Amino acid sequence: MRKGSVLSAFFGVIRRDALSLWRRRADALNPIWFAAIVITLFPLALGPEAAKLARIAGGVIWVIVLLASLLSLDALFRADLEEGSLDVMLTSAQPLAVLAGAKILLHWIATGLPLLAITPLAATALGLSPRALPVLLTSLALGTPIISVIGACAAALTAGLRRAGMLLSLIVLPLVVPVLIFGAGAVEASLTGASTTQPLLLLAAGLAAAISLGPLVCAAALRLGNH
Amino acid sequence: MPDSPDDSVPLLAARGLAVVRQGEPIFGPLDLELRAGEVLLVEGGNGSGKTTLLRVLAGLLAPSHGQILRAGIESEDLLAPVGFLSHATGLRADLSPLEQLDFFACLYGVRPGIAAMAALHSVGLAGFEQMPVRRLSAGQRKRCALAALLHTANHLWLLDEPYANLDRDGQILVDRLLEGHIARGGAALITSHGLIEPQLSRVRRMRLELADA
Repeated sequence: MRKGSVLSAFFGVIRRDALSLWRRRADALNPIWFAAIVITLFPLALGPEAAKLARIAGGVIWVIVLLASLLSLDALFRADLEEGSLDVMLTSAQPLAVLAGAKILLHWIATGLPLLAITPLAATALGLSPRALPVLLTSLALGTPIISVIGACAAALTAGLRRAGMLLSLIVLPLVVPVLIFGAGAVEASLTGASTTQPLLLLAAGLAAAISLGPLVCAAALRLGNH
Repeated sequence: MPDSPDDSVPLLAARGLAVVRQGEPIFGPLDLELRAGEVLLVEGGNGSGKTTLLRVLAGLLAPSHGQILRAGIESEDLLAPVGFLSHATGLRADLSPLEQLDFFACLYGVRPGIAAMAALHSVGLAGFEQMPVRRLSAGQRKRCALAALLHTANHLWLLDEPYANLDRDGQILVDRLLEGHIARGGAALITSHGLIEPQLSRVRRMRLELADA
């Protein structure tokens, strides 16, 4: 009997999740509001001294983006598990890694991309030197998909647990430390005039590894959780 | 159906199938065979392991012992899709029945000749095609999941308590869907706790007792 093609399954998952995200767009935007509010807290807490803020702006934005990305992870596979559509995906005999990849891609589009979009505003608010902005944006563009991939693997492992949010953060944060180091390091290097090539290339290598291996790990974690 | 499987090979077979959880036997060991054009009714009380058996046969749970064959091939990695209906219907609360069917069709492929709209109408959801599933009753959700089975291309159906939550008309509907499915060369394994009697022309029964009872 004719089976749905892998490509149609991939876009089917994307379309369904995008639709349900759109119907809950107020919830979906919460991580972005969170990031915007935390960014305004820094000048309030540290005082409006421009030089001091500009000095730490790159690192601050990276940490905030990282924390904001975690907020939407908890829900990534929860609905699939509770409503039984994970069973649907598994019994459809489609490669689960492809379906997990679709979910990861959508997580990045819904969280990573909007965070990237507000970064220029955040950088201006914190007084980051304009010449560091392209490096900051590049490092975030390379780093946020890695966060989505690692986060999705952890979310797949913890999907069956009640109140997994805290545990999820505890699993993900240590794993994404290298991403933070190279991302914030690249911004720091651009401020001091050092070469930014090396940290950015390392991030790009990390992204390549995450995209190629992440969905497989995520699928294995989902199977493990469902058994 | 032009690509119906060979009748001589069972669509689904299990040999020596058993599930043991933390030293406690859940069911089995049991053997079963399901051929095209057959409905197998698995009866058993609450907690007799019906749902676990179905999840094992669907490949969602690994059996402790025994093997499962799909169309004669040992299915380790789920090469063939199955139509699976459980208490969690697999529907997303924010989506409409029409969008749900579209999603199922993307994964399983479409059964030729039955459009999504027609499938929804035939299960009595006319007028509810665009309503979010969250606003449907439990019975209507079940009907939507049944429409998905009708709309998608699966020879083998594994249905956990298909009659649950349905009114009298709904129960007749399930019988009608099953009759149509086996007439097209499909096969179905359904579970029941025994209160509702399926009115089918060709049904085999299997009683599932608690392993330690």
